[in-house]
Amino acid sequence: MALVKELALFRRTKSLETEIDDFLDKLSESGMVFEHAVKLYLADGRTEEFDEKLRHVNELESTADRLRRSVETQLYAETLIPESRGDVLGLLENLDSVLNLFEGALWGFSIETPDIPSEYHADYAALTEIAVQGVESLVLASRAFFRNIAAVSDHMHKVMFYEKEADKVSTKLKRAIFASDLPLSHKVHLRDFVEHIDNVADRAEAVADRLTIYAIKRTV
Amino acid sequence: MDIAVLLFLTSGLFLGWALGGNDAANVFGTAVGTQMIRFTTAAVICSVFVVLGAVISGAGPAETLGRLGSVNALAGSFMAAFSAALAVYVMTKFGLPVSTTQAIIGGILGWNLFSETVTDTNALIKIVSTWVLCPLLAAGFAMVLFKMVTAYLRASRLHLLRTDAYTRLGLILAGALGAYSLGANNIANVVGVFVASSPFSDFSIFGLATFTATQQLFLIGGLAIAVGVLTYSKRVMLTVGSGLMPLSPVAAWVVVVAHSLVLLLFASEGLERMLAANGLPTIPLVPVSSAGAVVGAVLGIAILKGGRGIRWNMLGSIGMGWVLTPLLAGLVCFIGLFFLQNVFDQTVYRPVPYVLSEPVLERLERAGVKTDRLGELRGQTFSSARRFRQALGERGALNGDDEAKLMAYAEVDPMAIDPARLADLETSRLSAGQVQAVRGLSGRTFTHTWMLAEALARESGEWRPREKSTENKAYNKRLRKTLDFIFRTFRVAE
Repeated sequence: MALVKELALFRRTKSLETEIDDFLDKLSESGMVFEHAVKLYLADGRTEEFDEKLRHVNELESTADRLRRSVETQLYAETLIPESRGDVLGLLENLDSVLNLFEGALWGFSIETPDIPSEYHADYAALTEIAVQGVESLVLASRAFFRNIAAVSDHMHKVMFYEKEADKVSTKLKRAIFASDLPLSHKVHLRDFVEHIDNVADRAEAVADRLTIYAIKRTV
Repeated sequence: MDIAVLLFLTSGLFLGWALGGNDAANVFGTAVGTQMIRFTTAAVICSVFVVLGAVISGAGPAETLGRLGSVNALAGSFMAAFSAALAVYVMTKFGLPVSTTQAIIGGILGWNLFSETVTDTNALIKIVSTWVLCPLLAAGFAMVLFKMVTAYLRASRLHLLRTDAYTRLGLILAGALGAYSLGANNIANVVGVFVASSPFSDFSIFGLATFTATQQLFLIGGLAIAVGVLTYSKRVMLTVGSGLMPLSPVAAWVVVVAHSLVLLLFASEGLERMLAANGLPTIPLVPVSSAGAVVGAVLGIAILKGGRGIRWNMLGSIGMGWVLTPLLAGLVCFIGLFFLQNVFDQTVYRPVPYVLSEPVLERLERAGVKTDRLGELRGQTFSSARRFRQALGERGALNGDDEAKLMAYAEVDPMAIDPARLADLETSRLSAGQVQAVRGLSGRTFTHTWMLAEALARESGEWRPREKSTENKAYNKRLRKTLDFIFRTFRVAE
């Protein structure tokens, strides 16, 4: 009887694995869409195409939310992975917060439509690329956490690297903005958007730090 | 069935209950403690497999116990089991994990002392040495297993959830195996002392299989253990889960498997036959302590992790408990027997006299024991084993080996091939030639068991033991078991 229950558990385990993978896919995908959207905005401002990208990220975010809740509920309802349950929960919620930052930044572009002078476009684009690469490494580290704990650190140091790179670019960009002749209100507005993007890299690093601890806990 | 018999058996069932409440924690404690398996699931699986193990594989270790002390009166069995159960209960009160094996052996030694029976030192040493051997063996198994499992997990790159599901399934399977071994190995502790005075008789199930008196006794004992598991083991399980050291689910699995392997090793007649057939040294079939095995396995893993996280106080208390338990049980048994005998007027033992009659002396000569030095002891009768040994000791007549032979041949254990009992003889386990030989002795009486055995051997070759060798070991053992059955059937009750 208990054995039958266990076998049913194996089927559910498979679907849970898929849901976690899907969740990570959504995060990775929203990073790519985000990068694309920012570049579109830099090129043409708020266009129909940009709004389309924003809607896409919105959808990805709500799907990811649904997946996360489903995974969390099942983990607790079925009392699965009693040891790592809290950690997995924390990891998923933190990853979700990164996704929220993508969405929030795009909403900012859409609502506030900042006027970004063309001389800063290259740096904005570079900052976006770096931040998204950091998130991509974080996704890989998270996948490794579930399947191959030894490989977590292989991806982790990249997250740290991209965060530092993002810091360099954002500092340089902010210095350039505030050294310009633009009115202060415009400078502050531009700085806000530098920070929107830089926050993604910072957040990715914070999540990576947690993930390091979770991974150590699992190897002890 | 006699009401008194039922009453006496209750102490065995009390012991079974205590064992279920405690030792089940060794099998499923780590699984329940790490929240991998729900208590109810664990309790149900454990109960079912304990009963199965007791009935199917319980026979091996019970015989060693039987040899240690043939507690030959029901009231004596009652007291031995009761004192053990009480010792287990008291130790649990103090929060000490107990070993039922150690308790029951203490109880039997108390009985031996009271009834002036000589303790078989070889059997005792065999059992006590396994109390040291068993944790060491379990620690070794656990270390090797843990290394293998972690290496496998690293190489296989299983998903976290999949690992979890496999571990869960593994814990259930290992737990079932553990419960089976627990039943097989420890049933001897619960009702083993009653084997010599079993109130049941063998019966055949539609002529297909024999449900022996011992198996019936074991079934009842197994059920008592199951009740203990279901009603009392929850708290102990949760304590064991994180008592000695916090464990990961995978480590929990390794502990259970190592523990089960060790228990099975000491209870498996099949393994003994296999080892013997290949000319390898055999492992003694004795009831080992499951608590010892689990503690050993946990320590094995702790050592692998550099010895961090062990609660040394706890370990010290456990060690102390292992020493105190048999002492307490022995003391309680001795005092209890005194009261049973003198206040409640119960027969707590059947006196076993020893006689150095002419046939005994002649048999000894044939066995190569020099009897001329026995002097005036020849022809005398002694009221108990201890007095007999004392008398022998004073004369300093014999060495240890010869003395053991002397004790065995001089023991008075009257047998009568009563025609009424012969008619009721359960023949399913005897060969036709063997049955004929027994019938041929109808009406005759024997003072010693060996006389009956020799008479049977004269009647039929099928009663003759084969020459001593590894291949013949199993055959001779089976023959001895059959002879024991005959002795049990035709023993003259006082």
